[in-house]
Amino acid sequence: MAMNTSTPKETSHLKREILVRLIKAYLSDNFEENTRLIPYAMRPKNSDVPNYRCCIFKERAILRDRAIAGLGFSIEDTDDSVLLSELANKAEKREVPDEHPLTVLTTACKGCVPSRIYVTDLCQGCVARPCVNTCKFGAISIQNGKSVIDPEKCKNCGMCVQVCPYQAIQKIIVPCENACPVGAIAKDENGHAKIDFDKCISCGKCASACPFGAVHEKSQIIDVLKHVKAGKKVIAMVAPAMFGQLPCKPQQLKEAIMELGFADVYEVAQGADVTTKTEAAEFEERLMKGAEFMTTSCCAGYNELVDKHIPDMKPFRSDTKTPMYYTAEIVKRENPDAVTVFFSPCVAKKREALQNPNVDYVLNYEEIGAWMIALGIQVAECEESEFKTQASAEGRNYCVTGGVAKAVQTLLPEEIPAHPVIIDGLTKQSVRDLKKYAKNGMCELGNLIEVMACTGGCLGGNSTVNAFKPALKQVTNYVNESKSIKEQVKEG
Amino acid sequence: MSEKVSVKVCLGTTCFVMGSSNLQELIETVPKKYGDRVEVSGVPCLGLCSIDWEFSKAPYVKVDDDVIKEATVEKVLKAIDEKLK
Ligand code: SF4
Ligand code: SF4
Ligand code: FES
Repeated sequence: MAMNTSTPKETSHLKREILVRLIKAYLSDNFEENTRLIPYAMRPKNSDVPNYRCCIFKERAILRDRAIAGLGFSIEDTDDSVLLSELANKAEKREVPDEHPLTVLTTACKGCVPSRIYVTDLCQGCVARPCVNTCKFGAISIQNGKSVIDPEKCKNCGMCVQVCPYQAIQKIIVPCENACPVGAIAKDENGHAKIDFDKCISCGKCASACPFGAVHEKSQIIDVLKHVKAGKKVIAMVAPAMFGQLPCKPQQLKEAIMELGFADVYEVAQGADVTTKTEAAEFEERLMKGAEFMTTSCCAGYNELVDKHIPDMKPFRSDTKTPMYYTAEIVKRENPDAVTVFFSPCVAKKREALQNPNVDYVLNYEEIGAWMIALGIQVAECEESEFKTQASAEGRNYCVTGGVAKAVQTLLPEEIPAHPVIIDGLTKQSVRDLKKYAKNGMCELGNLIEVMACTGGCLGGNSTVNAFKPALKQVTNYVNESKSIKEQVKEG
Repeated sequence: MSEKVSVKVCLGTTCFVMGSSNLQELIETVPKKYGDRVEVSGVPCLGLCSIDWEFSKAPYVKVDDDVIKEATVEKVLKAIDEKLK
């Protein structure tokens, strides 16, 4: 599967470098001052400036803004005059993370031209002039033998693009607008992308799509570091996709996480097993009562989509809770004094966590990776340590598209036939499809609809570290050495 | 030139997180492109990332004895072509 939406490597490199520097600054004896110096350390006097930037000062200003997101604050809302050192201080004192996990670095965003229809040099000024005739708004005229579009009249409908026999007319897209499945991000009158948080479902697709790395997650890394430093009992809840992220065995990964300072590590696949059992029973009950179909409910991006954009889908969405929910419940029951941190492949889980008192913080895989770099941990050299509770193969496979439906199917009795429909990633088109199913109260393709906001499943999440193919291979190896959930049910 | 060109892609944790995860494809594509003139493998930490602040120049790839900093697929292929000239 081609992951064509993966973040351009150079901006990922920058974002990760800043995270490592922030973590090192936090662990140093002068967090505030060392944070202030990050842009200068990264672009020292006389250093080269990439050719898409005008000068070193602009470069540093942008790095400063990126560090603001790393400290967990909104770039848009932060005044230019505030020093990074002041923000570092504020971050350390913060009690709860910001409500919305995304922020846009508008100074990096200038390079993108607004979406429009553009006549290229390929225009032959042909006699037929289908473009002129097709345009319903009279926006095209011929000047000096070539087509010209009047921007005042053009409505961006794209009809002329389709009819030109030379393919001379092109639509210039804005990557983030194009990637957003719900139209929540657009360039404003100043040419800066802006997210409408009433519409945004936190899927992270804009962050992956932007070639300038302008869309940032507000990190909670300082918050977590603070609790670890204070000697609190901080417990990691590791989502299945994590086991495909770093080049080591799952048991070594557990040990590496313990070395970061966590008191214990739970697999979220353990909670996924509860989801599977509950959801299979729910599906059976719904079908017995004559339901046409049911959708899964494990994906935070999809859940926000239903809540904000497809209210008609609510009756069809499973009431079963997410793997994160059940895992956090177990962890807090067994360790009432623990601070819980969910290790997430995507930004959407940060939103879900805000609504769940059992999940205190969320870190993504880039942040975990940066933390390991800062401490110089080599995962492949770590000892192996076993998880106390072993999750099932199906639970560990939740992060792969189709995996959730497959898990539910495993536990259904024969007389309840499930016909899975897999929505492998939210796009403008798949959102339209889902709206149609909800409105018609039926789906002609099947009765168990699995929805994953990210293509490929969680392994395609916006803040993963590993490329999709090798990640899938690693997860599949782990799945293949695990017991089936059927055996777990048998053993009781 | 009779010796094979050796390409070592660092898959240590620092390099992996800083981008060698995206260089793993080289391990498949290089033999296809160059046959047995080039020997390519993923290797554990080359020890370059822990020197001072050199993590920021990861991922590292070694082509024979030359170290490529902030390696990308394109940079590595170019270095191989140079060697084979
Ligand atoms: S893709 Fe969107 S966020 Fe990125 S630079 Fe273009 S307009 Fe800005
Ligand atoms: S996170 Fe998703 S829904 Fe929100 S603006 Fe970005 S692409 Fe749109
Ligand atoms: S991880 Fe590559 S040099 Fe250390």
